[in-house]
Amino acid sequence: MVIAQQEAVEVSLDDEQTITKQRRPLSRNGLVWRRLRGMPRFWVGAIAFAAIVLLSIVGPFLTPWSITDRDIYNMGMGPTLRHWFGTNSIGQDIFAQTMAGLQKSLIIGLVAGILGTLLAAVIGSVAGYVGGVTDKVISWFTHLLLVVPSFFILILLSPLFKSLSWVALTFFLAIFSWMIMAQVVRNQTRSLRNRDFVRAARYMGLPTRKILSRHILPNIASLLIIDVTLGIVSMIMSETSLSYFGFGVQKPDVSLGTLLADGTSAALTRPWLFVFPAGVLIVLLFAISLIGDALRDAIDPTSGANRA
Amino acid sequence: MPESLFSSPQSHRTPLLSVRDLSVTFPQRGSGDVQAVRGISYDVHPGEFLGIVGESGSGKSVSSLAVMGLLPTNAQVTGSIEFEGKSLLGMDDKKLSRIRGKHLSMVFQDPLSALTPVYTVGDQIAEALRLHDSKLSAQAAAARAVELLKTVGIPDPERRAKAFPHEFSGGMRQRAMIAMAIANDPKVIIADEPTTALDVTIQAQILEVLEKAKDITGAAVVLITHDLGVVAGHADRVGVMYAGKLVELGTTDQVFHEPQMPYSIGLLRSVPNMLTAGTQRLVPLEGRPPSLAALPKGCPFAARCPIAVDACRDVEPDLVAHDPASGPDHVAACIRGGEIARGEIPRGEVFTVADPIIEGELVDSGAAPVVEVTDLRRHFPLMKGAIFPRRVGTVRAVDGVSFTLKPGRTMGLVGESGCGKTTTILEIMEMTAPQSGSIKINGKDVGSLSPRERHALRRDVQIVFQDPMGAIDPRLPISEVITEPLWAIGAKKADRDKRALELLDLVGLDPSMSDRYPHEFSGGQRQRIGIARALATNPSVIVLDEPVSALDVSIQAGVINLLEDLKARLGLSYLFVAHDLAVVRQIADDVAVMYLGSVVEQGPVSTVFGNPQHPYTKALISAAPIPDPRIERGRTRVLLQGDLPSPTQEISGCRFRTRCPLYKLLDETRQEMCRSAEPELTAHGRARVACHHVEKSTLVDEVALSAAS
Repeated sequence: MVIAQQEAVEVSLDDEQTITKQRRPLSRNGLVWRRLRGMPRFWVGAIAFAAIVLLSIVGPFLTPWSITDRDIYNMGMGPTLRHWFGTNSIGQDIFAQTMAGLQKSLIIGLVAGILGTLLAAVIGSVAGYVGGVTDKVISWFTHLLLVVPSFFILILLSPLFKSLSWVALTFFLAIFSWMIMAQVVRNQTRSLRNRDFVRAARYMGLPTRKILSRHILPNIASLLIIDVTLGIVSMIMSETSLSYFGFGVQKPDVSLGTLLADGTSAALTRPWLFVFPAGVLIVLLFAISLIGDALRDAIDPTSGANRA
Repeated sequence: MPESLFSSPQSHRTPLLSVRDLSVTFPQRGSGDVQAVRGISYDVHPGEFLGIVGESGSGKSVSSLAVMGLLPTNAQVTGSIEFEGKSLLGMDDKKLSRIRGKHLSMVFQDPLSALTPVYTVGDQIAEALRLHDSKLSAQAAAARAVELLKTVGIPDPERRAKAFPHEFSGGMRQRAMIAMAIANDPKVIIADEPTTALDVTIQAQILEVLEKAKDITGAAVVLITHDLGVVAGHADRVGVMYAGKLVELGTTDQVFHEPQMPYSIGLLRSVPNMLTAGTQRLVPLEGRPPSLAALPKGCPFAARCPIAVDACRDVEPDLVAHDPASGPDHVAACIRGGEIARGEIPRGEVFTVADPIIEGELVDSGAAPVVEVTDLRRHFPLMKGAIFPRRVGTVRAVDGVSFTLKPGRTMGLVGESGCGKTTTILEIMEMTAPQSGSIKINGKDVGSLSPRERHALRRDVQIVFQDPMGAIDPRLPISEVITEPLWAIGAKKADRDKRALELLDLVGLDPSMSDRYPHEFSGGQRQRIGIARALATNPSVIVLDEPVSALDVSIQAGVINLLEDLKARLGLSYLFVAHDLAVVRQIADDVAVMYLGSVVEQGPVSTVFGNPQHPYTKALISAAPIPDPRIERGRTRVLLQGDLPSPTQEISGCRFRTRCPLYKLLDETRQEMCRSAEPELTAHGRARVACHHVEKSTLVDEVALSAAS
């Protein structure tokens, strides 16, 4: 694995030219990208994800039906050439609804999931690294938000949503989802903070901002990546439950969550109502976790995939 | 193999423990199986002290765990282990447990994890007693536990028996472990690195206790260690392990003075010796031990051996007696062992001959000091209570430290753990105004610096940390690690890349490795990376915090030599913190000895080490083991009583008086002086000593001498 010192001696004995001619060392980002490129699962995930995004954009234009159109002659029909994914009990086209729902859920999941983790990373690492009063205030605030039931606040604020679009909901979901992760990040940061490499960076005169972004966050990257992956899933699902209570995406608008909520009861009798939205969701989550998994291994040099 | 090969001179007696052709393999999925131990054989006779030395990964601990039957179940153990004629291998766990702990006992390296935190120490010893003697009553066991604690030198044993392990200091825990090990009058005590986690003065105490335990019980002791000095002073016979095999076995004198295996010769040459250190350069063993998962054909040491011949790479040699004079007692696994034994290859010339260090005349050049620390103090409040914290005491981590570092010199800061040496250097690195006292770097008082000036000054002072694993961000490729100080001051990418290759070359690493991640490097190489990073900005001062203490001895020498070379080439000044006195003597020009937050003796290294005047310095130096059995046996030791007091404790007058061997020998008026007045550093010859009674300090040596004879 490692070249013995002997070899190092040989190289230094070589002509000086060998050193000057040598290829420049790669930066971390360059190395991470090079390793990411070499992983098949990254490409599988990335292509699947790109396909889903593309589908959510062009999908609605592929079918003549819109989400509100009703085909009264074909109510509750299974998949046919006319309705690719079938229709629901009032004759709405499931393909059109799935595509529109996918678009919405993608935006909600990606924006809220990533934003939630980002908030957790920034708030948690600042609290853990700076410590002292800052840590006390942030921790106090985090605990407060954890204690206050977020669902309850969302219900209280629901008159506000009704006037705003569902996009506002996305941000609220993010705002109420970072607390637990922020606590985890804070504790991890506190233990990293006393490691010698962080101390060394401080003695080099690196500002806090750079220490956080260069040393602390990459070292807890695997945690954050898992959090994003799970966050996207849970955001899509939370949106469903909020919609169910009438606070999220409202009819006639659809999201994957509302489609699933509607289709679950019919999963055994009219499976197309459930299977297609669920299938799209599963492919989406699978693609995201493949990308996340590959990214985690690319950032962590000691992970098994890089050992071989 | 003939039986007599592994036996000691008393071979007419039957051995207590007889290990034959023991091999331990850990199956590994995917890659090759790890052959941790590959066919070792040795005998242990009653009352014998056998030392087994080897570097990390040489299989020394695994082989002893195999004897105890404590290996994980996935280990494949072959060969035979016989204890008093009964085979231990293949014995079921129940039977083995009856022997283990009663006849065979073990002392582990880390006494904290070897003791159960929720039971009192006395209960744990009593448990060990009652397990093997069901007739013993609880009271009798408790009484015996107290007695045992007394035997191993724990003061106030009745009270201590009721204490929990966390209330014990490291040295006391190790004593308690020894008490437990000797509780059932064992026939063999296996001690696996029993003193590695301890300070030298405590180490000396523990080794005395181990010797005492051996004398009381008449047990044989197998001491496993990486420290040649520890073996030199205590063992009767020594086995040297390398890559899972015993490569040399003989009496201590034979192995240390007439080694036949080049590895033993190299190992002895690479260790700095307290007495000779500083007079010649160390000879490092190039390269590193082979991976136990992919061993090369032939002798595993061949790749590092300067006298290897082609035959070495074909067949792995067996342990054979080479010297007819010493007979079968001294065996070595080397094809050329005979030539070495007969003197055809002089031992001193197996490895490159060490260059003598040209002793620069210690004239005060009059140059302005690069670092000047005056009366530095750092106290930490000790708080109690979670909601309303209140101050219950003060930790005096650093309490009045002064020293100067002149350009181009190395200042050694030595002392036991907890003496404040690390706090001192961290205070310097912080470059903020200290709580009390002053720190001047390049003549500038760090307390008065503006943030911009401080940032600029950071270029000039860099640090190398102790733990080569922790000091480097595992997520950064090493080219970015070593150029980080340049990045911090805003150097351009192209310049940083160029410098990265230069620096790698400078510290003896292959520049083509710049894209690799830290985990791909060995400990010694990582320490070189740490040094390269410290050199990136062309600093004038490098602070070295125990830079070699986490490395194996054969690797240590290379890093020490590198530091010496860099200092000479780049005109650096070092502030070198270490607990290993031999290393300090090797590299430092001046030394300051610290005890409980203050300097007790300070001066040129040859003066302080050659003629220590403070009783603490005397004790510290006499406790440091010397890897030479003849000297080690004849040395007089100034043993300290007890442990280092906690820095929260308030000690009036001289803070060393509670453990001072001199204090006990003084008359009442002089003792009164120690109790009432804190001694200042005053000049005595070329050194400065903080003791009221320097002129009386030879009393300590006289007492030690009379105790020895």
